[in-house]
Amino acid sequence: MTGLLFQAFVYLCAAVIAVPVAKRLGLGSVLGYLIAGIVIGPVLGLVGSETEGIQHIAEFGVVMMLFLVGLELEPRTLWTMRNKLLGLGGLQVGVTIVLVMAAAMALGQPATIALAIGLVFSLSSTAIVLQTLNEKGLMKSDGGQSSFSVLLFQDIAVIPMLALIPLLALPELAHHGDGHGGGHGAEFSLIEGLAGWQVAIVNIAAIAAVIAGGHYLSRPMFRFIAASKLREIFTAAALLLVVAIAFLMTLVGLSPALGTFLAGVVLANSEFRHELESDIEPFKGLLLGLFFITVGAGIDFTLLFNNAASVFGLTIGLMVLKAAVLLGLAYMFKLRGADQWLFTLALAQAGEFGFVLLSFTVQNSVIPTDLADLLLLVVALSMLLTPALFILFDRVVLPRMDKDQGRDADEITEKGAAIICGMGRFGQVINRVLKGNGYETVVLDLSAETVDGFNRFGIRTFYGDASRPDLLGAAGLEEAGLLVVAIDDMERALEIVKHARRERPDLHIVARARNRHHVYEFYKAGADDIVRETFDSAVRASRYALEAFGIHPHEAEKLVTMFENHDRDGIRRLARLYDPDIPAFENEPYMKLAREIQEEMEDALSDRPSVHDEVRRAWLPPGAKAQDD
Amino acid sequence: MEPESRKILVLFAHPGQRYSQANAQLAEAASMSPGVTFVDLYAEYPRFKINIETEQQRLLDHDVIVFQFPMFWYSTPALLKEWQDLVLEYGFAYGEGGDKIAGKLFLPVVTTGGPEDFYRVGGRNNFPLRDLLSPLEQTANLCGLRFIPPYTLYAAPKAIGNERMNRHLEGYRQLLKALRENRLDMDAAVKLPVLTDDTLPLIKEATP
Repeated sequence: MTGLLFQAFVYLCAAVIAVPVAKRLGLGSVLGYLIAGIVIGPVLGLVGSETEGIQHIAEFGVVMMLFLVGLELEPRTLWTMRNKLLGLGGLQVGVTIVLVMAAAMALGQPATIALAIGLVFSLSSTAIVLQTLNEKGLMKSDGGQSSFSVLLFQDIAVIPMLALIPLLALPELAHHGDGHGGGHGAEFSLIEGLAGWQVAIVNIAAIAAVIAGGHYLSRPMFRFIAASKLREIFTAAALLLVVAIAFLMTLVGLSPALGTFLAGVVLANSEFRHELESDIEPFKGLLLGLFFITVGAGIDFTLLFNNAASVFGLTIGLMVLKAAVLLGLAYMFKLRGADQWLFTLALAQAGEFGFVLLSFTVQNSVIPTDLADLLLLVVALSMLLTPALFILFDRVVLPRMDKDQGRDADEITEKGAAIICGMGRFGQVINRVLKGNGYETVVLDLSAETVDGFNRFGIRTFYGDASRPDLLGAAGLEEAGLLVVAIDDMERALEIVKHARRERPDLHIVARARNRHHVYEFYKAGADDIVRETFDSAVRASRYALEAFGIHPHEAEKLVTMFENHDRDGIRRLARLYDPDIPAFENEPYMKLAREIQEEMEDALSDRPSVHDEVRRAWLPPGAKAQDD
Repeated sequence: MEPESRKILVLFAHPGQRYSQANAQLAEAASMSPGVTFVDLYAEYPRFKINIETEQQRLLDHDVIVFQFPMFWYSTPALLKEWQDLVLEYGFAYGEGGDKIAGKLFLPVVTTGGPEDFYRVGGRNNFPLRDLLSPLEQTANLCGLRFIPPYTLYAAPKAIGNERMNRHLEGYRQLLKALRENRLDMDAAVKLPVLTDDTLPLIKEATP
């Protein structure tokens, strides 16, 4: 008992310390877990021999992750993905296997071992990549979606690989395999001693059972359980479902991850989907974390140090090779810019299924144990380096894509009555209104994607940083009648306004501000009209809210109009007291006035008779005195 | 013979409904009356963005057009004036080809703040109510509408809660019913300066 508690204490302690620190440093949670594992394992030696056992539990995190991935995917989505799934995924796996195999043979490995290594290395880490993409919110991007397709294909491809590996067995390795232990070998199996076709039938029956059960049985079952109103029993049922499917899959020799993935897809349309998700999510997070800790803890540093050169050489070589394949495929499948690099960098590692395949190859006497141990290090190291690739993407690729992107500012060939800086959701509308009314505009934007898109769409847009005086000059600052500043970057926006005001005291400047502090800054910088980007829509939404409470539409209109007037007036008064050097909450005069304005507003909007009632004032019939009703 | 039921459109305009009692009760009476399409213009167009197509179609779909409003500066409230400016288009309501609503009946239903004796020559407002509403009457004439003298509640704030209000409400219901059943004696009505609950020239039998 004390031993177990000590283990739990060490693992949890490591995670609780390492993960927040790693996240704060911008390294992502996965690297945090890996580092935690390295610290408690090889570095401090607090854990060691039992990591393999824990790893089997922890692998369940991968299984749960795929269940959740499945839940997110409706069958229809899967169908629309089929091209990327088969094309991109199939080519990635196929080409990588061939190239790794060739490289291994060039390094002197026999063909069978080389092929097995190819299989192991063709896979990437679903756990790390999906987790990271989700954390960074990149899942919806083209690059993220393509990565997801490939990972999905890989997870499915594990099954034929598991079938293929025994066929590669080397006779001279037989009988002294199994030194590696574990893997996914089940203690008992339904398919032992069955012929190939019988195995196939059992497999198909198992998958059919999962699909049919998910489709027809899950709903009444969950409804029955939900009716008990015992939250923990629903959680237990959700866990049971995942465990049961994983168990069934292991029994018939299929990948439990794939089975639960399938179950997730089947349940994606269920009304219990969100409840299942929220119930499984914490278990997944913890178990995946545990998995990464065990990977970190399991790194054999002695072996690593003794073969440092070859391990690092192989790892780097592998990642470069995989990246090259991915880059080429990304190009073939028309991924461009940031998406291309995201796809390339995200998937250029070996994955957790590599561990599974490696132990399986050892059991099946395909790869000798010492080579497998070395390859294990390569897999682990490449996973360890993955966060570094994401950092590379964040720090090197993205800034270049967004800012300079190695692309020079377009030469501006047009002049217009208005210059619009920023063609995002805000600038677009302004441009449409102006153009629609016959005013020529010169539009500048700093996103290559936006610029190219609009040019393709037929709206002339120039690429360039509008805060550069020469560019503004080229856009016609001297002649323009109007400047619209609608870019997200507040520093740049202010620079533009200040510069334009210096050059052209008579120019009318319309600026979009994020919040009221930006409004103050823009006042100082000399903008004429300042629009808070969400203020007007929020006012409109609040008018709908008042109407929903049964307030007469015209009454609601008057109330929000009054609010708007008060707020606009208040912001002008506050602007005089605003000091950029003092945080607003510490600026006493500012806070005092803000409170006063707030009270005035509440008084005006309420029906307190002592207050001059603007609503009544404006709308009583002329000639009639206000009735005190 | 069953008389053909005429369709009535009540266009109600009051920008301060929170503070109105007389008009609110009249509005309720109108909206509850059978055969009446009741439109609260300030609810439908709180931002004064009148949909001309909708409004013209409404006119075409009805036989009797009622403006119900409190007198604001000797005229209609602003939105109802806006409505007239936009909806009664050349070529629709007047001018060349502008006979689309000709022949329909037009009735103003008004409330005033001041009592009846304000509305006479030498009174505080110097003009009889009917004269003050002559722009509406002439608008009706120009559009070929048959103008019915305004159904009027004088000194509306003072009528609240007493018998005068109840009689006026009942009169409004009777008037709408009579218009629907074509039982308003038009010849008698047009001779009256204004209609009130005790001067309604109703005839027993419907005229075909």
